[in-house]
Amino acid sequence: MNIFERIEKIDRRIIFLLVAIAVLLPLIFKVRMEIPISEPVKKAFVSVDTLSSGTYILISVDYDPASMPELQPMYKTLLMQCFEKGLKPVMIVQWPLGLPLSIKAMSEMAVEYNRMARAEGKDTVVYGVDYCNIGYRPGGVAQIVGIGKEIRDYFESDYKGTPLDSLPMMNNIHNYDNFALLFALEAGSMGDFYVQYANARFGIKIIFGMTAVSAPDAYPYLQSGQIIGLLGGLQGAAEYETLMKKPGFATMGMTAQSWVHVLIVLFILLGNIGYFINRKKRRS
Amino acid sequence: MRREIPLAITFITSLIIIVSFFIPHAPFGTMQEVSLKWYAIIAGFTMLLGVDSLIHMHYQKIKRKKSDWAHSLVLIVGFAVFVIAGTISGFRYGSAMDINSSFMYLYNYVIIPLQSTMFALLSFFIASAAYRAFRARNLDATLLLITAVIVMIGRVPIGYQIWHNFPAVAEWIMAIPQMAAKRGILIGISLGMIAVSLRIMLGIERSYLS
Repeated sequence: MNIFERIEKIDRRIIFLLVAIAVLLPLIFKVRMEIPISEPVKKAFVSVDTLSSGTYILISVDYDPASMPELQPMYKTLLMQCFEKGLKPVMIVQWPLGLPLSIKAMSEMAVEYNRMARAEGKDTVVYGVDYCNIGYRPGGVAQIVGIGKEIRDYFESDYKGTPLDSLPMMNNIHNYDNFALLFALEAGSMGDFYVQYANARFGIKIIFGMTAVSAPDAYPYLQSGQIIGLLGGLQGAAEYETLMKKPGFATMGMTAQSWVHVLIVLFILLGNIGYFINRKKRRS
Repeated sequence: MRREIPLAITFITSLIIIVSFFIPHAPFGTMQEVSLKWYAIIAGFTMLLGVDSLIHMHYQKIKRKKSDWAHSLVLIVGFAVFVIAGTISGFRYGSAMDINSSFMYLYNYVIIPLQSTMFALLSFFIASAAYRAFRARNLDATLLLITAVIVMIGRVPIGYQIWHNFPAVAEWIMAIPQMAAKRGILIGISLGMIAVSLRIMLGIERSYLS
C-alpha cells in the first residue's frame, strides 16, 4: 500500500485518538481565543440588556443533558445578566429531563450572584421575589397556547409545589402580556411552536438559544423578525459570555471546538488528496 | 358507529381549534380553552401509559429470557431506583427536585454523565464520517464540501484568526443561501402538513384509527 492509499484509508482509531487530543489539550491548558461577535447574538444581548430593572422575562428551558454543554452556558450567562440588570426571570420547562438542569443552574447562579452582590454591597436576589421556576407540565403546544390567556390554568404551583399566588413576584403575572420577552433555549422543535403561537398569536418578542445543529432552522424566523436574536451552539454561548465580559465554559470550549474543526478539515483534505491521486493512478 | 363517532369527534374538535384561532371570543375561545386543558391532561396520562408499556415489555423479555434480557433488567432496576429516590426525596425535602435530594444526586451523577457521553461520542463518529464521505466526486459534492469547510472554519474563533472575514462569510452563507433553502423546505413541509391535516379532518386519512 503506497502513501496515497494510506492517506485515503486512515484507520478510524487514529482519527478518534487525534480528536480526543484536540479536545482535551485546550481544555486541560485552558487556552482561550478571541471570540468574534455575530449580529444575531449582539441583537439578543442588546434586547435583554436594554430592558429596564424590574421587567419580567420568560425563560423556557427545553433541553436535556445531551445538549447541556451548548445550552447550559447560555442559560447561566443569561441568568447572571438578569440578576445584574435587576430583571425578573421566570423559568418554564417543556422537557421533563430539563427541569433538574434548570433548577441546578438557577441555584448555582443565584448563589454566585449573591456572593458577588454581598462583596459589592448590592441587593441580593431571593427566590420567589426576584426569580422563580414554575417547572414542567405535560401538554407542550396546548400549554404554549393556553399561557396566552392564563398561566395558572397550567401552572398552579412552582417546581416545589408552592402555589404561584404565594410567590410575591407572580402576583400580577397572568400571561405573555406581562413578559417583555421570551428567551427560549431549544434542543428540539418547541421553538417552532413558540413562534407559531406565542409570537404569531400573542405577539411576545422571542430570542432563541439553540444547539448548533438546530440553529440553521431558526434563520427564516430571524429574517422575518419573528425572533429578534439567535444564539447558535457553543459559539453563540461563547459570544454571549464575551458580551457579558464573563468568559466561562463556552469560551474555553470554543478553543477545543476550533481545533477539532481544523482537524476535520485537514482529514477531509487528506482524504481528497488520496482519492484524486489514486483515481488518476487507477485510470492511467 | 365505531368509526363514525371518532371521525365526528376529530372533525368537530379540529374545526373548533381552527375557528377559535381566528375568532378567539366566546363561545369558540372558551371551547378552545377547555380542549387545550383536556389535551394537557391526556398528555399527562400518555406518560403513564408509556411507563406501563415500557415496564411490561421489558418484564416479558426477562421472563422469557430473550436475547439481551440483562439489559432489560438494568432498565427495570434503574427505573425502580429512580422512583424510590424520587419518592423518598419528595417526603424528605418536599420535592424530588430539591437541590440536596437523593434524586438530584442520581440525576447529577448518573443521567448527566450517561446522556452527555452518548452525545459526546458523536464528535468522534462525525470526524471519521466526514473524512470518509466528503469526497469531491462531482460538482454538487464539491460545492457542498467547500461550503461545509467555510462554515466549519468560519463558525469557530480560529477562523477569525486565520482571516478576519471568515465569520462574516460563514454568516452570509447561513443567512442567505442556507436560509433560502430552509425556507423553501419549510414552506413545502407546511403545505404538506396542511394537506395531511385536512385529510385527517375530513376523514379521508384514517390510519390513526387502527
